[in-house]
Amino acid sequence: MHFLFNFDNTHLSTYHSEGHSGQYYTLPPTHIQKLFPYGLPPRFQLQIKTFNEGCVMVRPPALELISYLKRADYSKPPLRYVLYGDIGTGKTMSLCHALHYCYSQGWLIVHVPDAHLWVKNCKELLPSSSRPSRFDQPIQASQWLKNFKITNERFLSKLKTTQRYVWTKRESTEKGQPLGELIDQGVNRMKSSSDVVGAVLRELRLQAGGATEGEGAFKLAVAVDGVNALWGKTSLKKEDRTMPEELTLIHNLRKMMKNNWSGGAILTALSQTGSVFKPRSAYLPSELLGEEGFDNMEPFVPVSVSNYNEKEFESCYLYYLDRNWLQHPHSRSEEGKKELIFLSNKNPSILERLCAFL
Amino acid sequence: MAASGCRGVRSILWKYGSYGKNLFVSRSKMVPQLPLRQIYVASSLWKKNLAAAGPQKFTQEFIDKQVEEFEVGKRHLANMMGEDPETFTQEDIDRSIAYLFPSGLFEKRARPVMKHPEEIFPKQTAIQWDAEGRPFHFLFYTGKQSYYSLLHDVYEKILAIERHQDKMRNKGLFTSDTKQILLTGSRWLLKEEIEENLVENISVQDYMRLIQLMELLLSMPYCSLEEEFILKFRKQLEVQSSKYEIPALQYDPQGVAFSVADGRRKSAKASITLRDSGSGNITINGRNYLHYFPVLQNREQLMFPLLFVGMMGRFDIEGSVEGSGHSAQAGALRLAISRALLSFVSEGEVEKMRQAGLLTADPRIRERKKPGQEGARKKFTWKKR
Repeated sequence: MHFLFNFDNTHLSTYHSEGHSGQYYTLPPTHIQKLFPYGLPPRFQLQIKTFNEGCVMVRPPALELISYLKRADYSKPPLRYVLYGDIGTGKTMSLCHALHYCYSQGWLIVHVPDAHLWVKNCKELLPSSSRPSRFDQPIQASQWLKNFKITNERFLSKLKTTQRYVWTKRESTEKGQPLGELIDQGVNRMKSSSDVVGAVLRELRLQAGGATEGEGAFKLAVAVDGVNALWGKTSLKKEDRTMPEELTLIHNLRKMMKNNWSGGAILTALSQTGSVFKPRSAYLPSELLGEEGFDNMEPFVPVSVSNYNEKEFESCYLYYLDRNWLQHPHSRSEEGKKELIFLSNKNPSILERLCAFL
Repeated sequence: MAASGCRGVRSILWKYGSYGKNLFVSRSKMVPQLPLRQIYVASSLWKKNLAAAGPQKFTQEFIDKQVEEFEVGKRHLANMMGEDPETFTQEDIDRSIAYLFPSGLFEKRARPVMKHPEEIFPKQTAIQWDAEGRPFHFLFYTGKQSYYSLLHDVYEKILAIERHQDKMRNKGLFTSDTKQILLTGSRWLLKEEIEENLVENISVQDYMRLIQLMELLLSMPYCSLEEEFILKFRKQLEVQSSKYEIPALQYDPQGVAFSVADGRRKSAKASITLRDSGSGNITINGRNYLHYFPVLQNREQLMFPLLFVGMMGRFDIEGSVEGSGHSAQAGALRLAISRALLSFVSEGEVEKMRQAGLLTADPRIRERKKPGQEGARKKFTWKKR
């Protein structure tokens, strides 16, 4: 029952509907390079490299999200969508699917591939230049700025800053400069990159819903994977081995999550795998976000993601067969299929890992 | 000396001067609890063959007195326990003794026991020569008189069969397809068992010789004449698969069949309810099996019984398991699932499952740490000086 759409895909995401559930569609390679330099799950990136194409299954959660996005009113504050579900059920993939839809509609994408990366394993932690009690993460910030630049090239020249930013005694960005310059500033000067990130986000917030028609109109899609990192604990430590009070990047992101702006949507996904100090069995929003996170994110639209159902499993199985991924002769028989169903319990990631060595 | 011509194998000569009373009594000693590995171990392996060691140590009067005391004591015991002395069996005696003298000893053979003196005092050979020093048996000076007399007997039988064959040939009635003795499901007696019967020590070569002779006897077409004799030297093997008790198939109020079974592995205990007409969901300790067993190997263990029987998507399993580690828990669950499946499956399948090893409880247990060593096997650092 699976069906590969091989032709031009830019419009196709708009036409995905209920009837297409369980079928695969191809992401065009140019889009992958631009939109998802680091956005996709690592195993999926490997799969793209192996199969020489990126095929995503159309599934109900993503369809639900896209339908909400189509029907939302963008003059009002943005709706927050939270994808939640068990480990390995496809939250990140659904998020990427929805994001691809936004991209093909021409929105401006702010994509944080994994917020957990900003909360643990940071090599450098500098005290912030602007505020004394905060801490900066220059490497992560500059990395993110580079990706942002690649994704949103066409907007950079159009948008202008609304106020003057002073970085150091000698450097500042004047009002009215294109956003591209701001970003270059952040990329070149690592010390102030985190503040640049904050400035960029602020600019986008202010300008998102600003002009309804004309040159400057754009819709903003904020996509954060691993949202629970923003309100969870950090595993970072200062040099004297105490916990930092506040991190610039996290602080700015939190501001972004509030719906005090308009003209866009906030798509988020929870993630347990990268989370710090959370038990493996937790997957509900209340558990992973914690009290503080939950209060901040309220109200939100929860979208649950679950394991494959029969049809989707069939489709995935046929896809792997089609690509000659299942080499073992036994896996092509009925018995083998039943074994696969049992061993993976129709969980997408486990199925993928299973088939990887068959 | 009248020992020749008798089918003597063992001489329980209790009284002086009596000979010819060579009874062949095949003793079935009570077989102690065997470990569940299927190596067949006869009890005679464990006891030293005291009987063949030396001459009579207990006099016949002594033994008779013991027997009398035993009988009297049995009646007293029956009275004490309030049961009928006439119908008091050995099992009842065992039960009563275990009740009256509870013992915490681990070694079962060290616990108090009340058995018939024949079972307690080893069988011994009586003096085998008369008052003048002349031996009774003609083969006494071979040293292993019972063994050699047995060999003589077997050879006599071979000769008798050959004579019978010739007679049939002369009459013209010789046929090759006569009634054959059924030997499946039985095995030759072990060397230790024959030693026990003969009350003598024999060597390995002697034993091989005896078995060769018996095989020769069997190879002749008319061996069915001596079937009874031969079967005395064969021991029946029990049919293993009949030993498993199949858990009863119970029915839900809705009419759905289900069965309950337990399994154990290395101090992990599992208990399973297998419900029919399900869809292959498995819940363990309230959680999905995918969450409870993230390791693939454990899920494969769970899958194996169902895959083997071919009923993969048919059952719903609800299980609880505790103790030990994840592998042992998976093994315990697997055993429990196989046992529960027995009630849904036919007889032939049961035998196949047994041969696949699904129904055998894994006897491996954590080995004890010994004093003077670091662990069970690891020794302390060896210093040369």
